Amino acid sequence: MEEVSSIMKDLFSFLIFPGFIFTAAIGLVASWIDRKVTARVQWRVGPPWYQPLADLVKLSIKEITIPKNASKAVFLSAPLFGLSAAVLAATFIWQANIQAGSSGFTGDTVVVLYLLTLPAIALMLGSSASGNPLASLGVSREIKLMLAYELPFIISITVPIIKSSGLLRVTDLIAFQAMNGVFVSNVSGILAIIVAIFCMQAKLGLVPFDMAEAETEIMGGIYIEYSGILLAVLKLTKTIMMVALPVFLTSIFWGGFSAWKYVILLVVIILMRNTNPRVRIDQAIRFFWYRMTSLAIIAVLLAMLGF
Amino acid sequence: MSLKLKALTKSIWVYHMSTGSCNNCDIEILDLLTPRFDVERFGITLVGSIRHADAILVTGALNLKTIPRIKNIYDQAPKPCFVIAIGACACGQGIFAKGPNTPEPVDSILPVDAYIPGCPPKPEAMIAAIVKLIEKLRGKK
Ligand code: SF4
Repeated sequence: MEEVSSIMKDLFSFLIFPGFIFTAAIGLVASWIDRKVTARVQWRVGPPWYQPLADLVKLSIKEITIPKNASKAVFLSAPLFGLSAAVLAATFIWQANIQAGSSGFTGDTVVVLYLLTLPAIALMLGSSASGNPLASLGVSREIKLMLAYELPFIISITVPIIKSSGLLRVTDLIAFQAMNGVFVSNVSGILAIIVAIFCMQAKLGLVPFDMAEAETEIMGGIYIEYSGILLAVLKLTKTIMMVALPVFLTSIFWGGFSAWKYVILLVVIILMRNTNPRVRIDQAIRFFWYRMTSLAIIAVLLAMLGF
Repeated sequence: MSLKLKALTKSIWVYHMSTGSCNNCDIEILDLLTPRFDVERFGITLVGSIRHADAILVTGALNLKTIPRIKNIYDQAPKPCFVIAIGACACGQGIFAKGPNTPEPVDSILPVDAYIPGCPPKPEAMIAAIVKLIEKLRGKK
């Protein structure tokens, strides 16, 4: 009995609260805010509040087209694979914030890091299985971008771990910050979160790092062959990542989730996306490997010296 | 009216297909996205891939080269997908009616759902046509 009820509880937290439904709802609101603010920045009116939901419902009634020379199994299953990874990451991060002290396991920060990379990998697999040349162009860009941003992202994540002298559980990090002050109040923490915010922008695939999608250039790139409910799943994955990543950053750098911290990070993302043009892939790699990685290494050194 | 149909009318993603137009109609289509008209208010956005499209905006007089391509594009579109002919050229060949390499109008090849005449049509006319298309959709069910 005990076991069944604990499985039911896990399922509930994965599917409803704080997992899939809850995160998706917040993500839909966030992506509406994104579109609305973008529209206001461009002196437009912008879409109504239910627009992201209407898009998803509409996509779910469209036909699913499968390209003739696609590898069917991979093409169809990759979006679901990415969605479940994103939901699992979001569930871990929320649980660490909600049930302080009792959730997670030692090393779940590393697991969350892995889970947050999986949606991008799933998307690459799926769209390279579609057999479209533009999709493979998008995939090659996404791979390069991923190689570029993962290195500084992981280095910047080590800063809180060093400062807390080796805590690897997200809840422990939050508890540590409640006792000793948040990490962003130190120089090293500020440098690390700046690096992490840039990497978050690239992970979300937003302008200026949207060259894998590049609607005006390679017609949607990695999304090009997806239609109907599969496209809806991909969009949903992106919306969930738009919640999971900022909440993860607030948890490990900024003393845990709160609504205003999330909104601040969201506004930073949106303004960055609206004030920059798309960079070329070589510029992005140079930016992440030279500038961001050096900044992250400086942050780590400072953290080791105790700043 | 069902929820799904409502979602379809509230979120029309359009794909822009130029079949040899003089580029004037295309510029007027882009006008719709500018702050003055802003069709994103109604959930209409321009998409780059035909796989994401709910409506195909056809401009220009079809010529021998583009006829097989437009058929191909329409077959690739996920259904339900609407076709909107924009401009005098696409509606009834316009000044190219007797052209040697423009044998057929758009509606002899694709099932056109809405015609927007004009050379080029004003953005207001295009919005009026989309409103009519949505009304037609709602009337069906
Ligand atoms: S209808 Fe007029 S403006 Fe439009 S493509 Fe034809 S000639 Fe150009």
